[in-house]
Amino acid sequence: MAEPLLVHHAAAPVEVLIREAHVLDPRAGIDEARDVLVRDGAIAELGAAGTLEAGGPDRDVEVVEAAGRHLFPGFVDPHVHFRTPGQEHKEDLETGTRAAAAGGFCAVLAMPNTDPVLDSAPLLRSVRDAARLHARVPVGFVPAITRGLHGTELTEMAELRQEGAAGFTDDGRPVVSAGMLRKALQYQRLCGGVIALHEEDPSLSGKGAMHEGDVSAQLGVTGIPSISEATMVARDALIAGYEAGRIHVQHLSARESVEALAEAKRQGVRITGEASPHHLCLTDEAVRGLDTRMKMNPPLRTETDRQALIEGLRSGVIDCIATDHAPHARDEKEVPFEQAPMGTTGLETAFAAIYTNLVLPGVLDLDLLVRRLTDGAALFGLPTPRVAPGEPANLTLIDLEREWVVGDGGYESRSANCCFDGRTLQGKVLLTVAAGAIAFRARQLEVVR
Amino acid sequence: MKHLVSVEHLERADIERICDRAAAFAEVADREIKKVPALRGRTVLNLFYEASTRTRSSFELAAKRLSADVVNFSASGSSVEKGESLKDTILTLGAHKPDAIVIRTPWAGAAELVSGWTPAAVVNAGDGKREHPTQALLDVHTLRQRLGGLDGLDIWIVGDVLHSRVARSNIMAFQKMGARVTVAGPPTLIPRGIEALGCEVRYTLDDLSQADVVYALRMQNERMDESWVPSIREYATWYQINGRRLGAKQVLMHPGPVNRGVELSAEVVDSPQAVITAQVAAGVVVRMAVLYEVLSHVPSTTRTTEGVPA
Repeated sequence: MAEPLLVHHAAAPVEVLIREAHVLDPRAGIDEARDVLVRDGAIAELGAAGTLEAGGPDRDVEVVEAAGRHLFPGFVDPHVHFRTPGQEHKEDLETGTRAAAAGGFCAVLAMPNTDPVLDSAPLLRSVRDAARLHARVPVGFVPAITRGLHGTELTEMAELRQEGAAGFTDDGRPVVSAGMLRKALQYQRLCGGVIALHEEDPSLSGKGAMHEGDVSAQLGVTGIPSISEATMVARDALIAGYEAGRIHVQHLSARESVEALAEAKRQGVRITGEASPHHLCLTDEAVRGLDTRMKMNPPLRTETDRQALIEGLRSGVIDCIATDHAPHARDEKEVPFEQAPMGTTGLETAFAAIYTNLVLPGVLDLDLLVRRLTDGAALFGLPTPRVAPGEPANLTLIDLEREWVVGDGGYESRSANCCFDGRTLQGKVLLTVAAGAIAFRARQLEVVR
Repeated sequence: MKHLVSVEHLERADIERICDRAAAFAEVADREIKKVPALRGRTVLNLFYEASTRTRSSFELAAKRLSADVVNFSASGSSVEKGESLKDTILTLGAHKPDAIVIRTPWAGAAELVSGWTPAAVVNAGDGKREHPTQALLDVHTLRQRLGGLDGLDIWIVGDVLHSRVARSNIMAFQKMGARVTVAGPPTLIPRGIEALGCEVRYTLDDLSQADVVYALRMQNERMDESWVPSIREYATWYQINGRRLGAKQVLMHPGPVNRGVELSAEVVDSPQAVITAQVAAGVVVRMAVLYEVLSHVPSTTRTTEGVPA
């Protein structure tokens, strides 16, 4: 492969000593207070707490006193919408990656449902060039499977791969034609690249705007049944199995989909899956007020579905957490529910939402959350961040005690359509180091020089 | 009450109060001068995003009988067609300083949303497939006039429940007033999960005889195009309320406009059991009561209760 998968605006590497933070990296087997020294883009030293010094007065080392805070490997989100090109009023590469950094993410993958659709090598080159100028954290791009997301002609997948495509997806839309997906999976043998799938049968989802169930019946809003997703997961798993292709199913929402994914894995299909914080934390009960921030595709479903997603995440049937960060401008969401576009932002709240709703009540272990927030990397061939000497410095420092109200003081994202807006969450990102540079620093963070 | 956006938010006492006032207003229609000055100097804005003659004119007449000024604004041929958003339309029309906005849209929750954007009282005249609260109130009023009350009644709502805001508002209103509600219709047109509203579901009319009231819904022709039912003929065979199915003591209701020969046979429309014209008449007095209800609490130096029957 000619091009690296991730690109960003490489800021000058910093020298930072993070002292006495509680380092938790399940893969490295660390769960105790340590000192971490970042130098030249890498983790230079990892010492026992209170043992590392900033060095001589000639060195310009920033010292962060982090006793009582937690330091995790930087998170990786394989599913974001940065709206560039064409919809920069919602988000762009700078604001999007700022939001990512504010959420503790050190790498993200951007979806191709832009305007124009990211479906050709010249376009891919141009957005990667833009990312080299504007992206605060490394970004990878996942171009379309089919031209214009129309589902009828394959993109030039091999050329796109050479230009750094991190995989392929028609996200936002399903690949409706089974035959088209089959061709993409056959062609995958030439060029590689995970085929990531938005699973939805439009003949079942129709004009639906929320989950089909008791709440939609009461609200008189057309529903999207669970089977519109689950039947496609099952179908696509069969196709992938037949072609020995590698697929990844995106933003799973329904219990039946988790079951279909589990069954496909038992059959040996090369399939992985992701779940989003909003589906893990909220149900269609949140839609009762017809708040357009609660409108996303796939929709928030029932408590049974939510429990199945949590169990899938715990068992590993669901491989990783992905935010599906989908910014929309205020005026686009300030309309009646059925008119509003689908999507919620999620980068800035992913960790805190799941920590507050699932870890604090004892439903999920903290180390599992950290794993699932980083497991997305390997699925797409990206390096998995680790807290170990010599590794690239990708770290996030979080105050697990601190409570904050989502949206108070605004967002780093250009858009404010967050389904957790106004809620009090616990767990605040204080500092994010991405590729060796400081990508985010909370205003409250005390720094000692 | 500041706004009327849904039956869901109403208590039984609210419904009874509005219906009682409607009954008092009824005598206005029998006067030579069909007008009282209750809302003189107030402005009622009818904002209709969907074609509607009956509901709009019913509201218009109600407002005029209360001496309010009425402005009708429909979406077609207006700024809406030029791409103005609902919020901008509300803000712009706010310059006319309406005291009440009567709004119908094809979108669930739109009336409630609008109530957050305007100081005017908002009356929901239909929001998508969600609710049509004044229809439910006038139906309750009609039944109270005919039968004295709804306590203990068995009411069957028959037909296309899926696409019906009338059905949703009435399921709630009838139950709040003490009736038991059964919805019946083709399985394709009964929304999954509707039992959560507390009603029973039937797919045949075999037990229709147990109903005290049969409420037939309009079957829209466009439903055939999407194969919700195989044909009008088949629908009529299974679900038409006709002389064979309708008992002598049952009350027949319909929100109008009726498709004779589809959901109702011609003979039942004209039968003594039918209260369809009484419903239309109730529409005006109930909407008078609703406008009075939402506007009477607004402090206003020009407001007068002169001429309002107790």
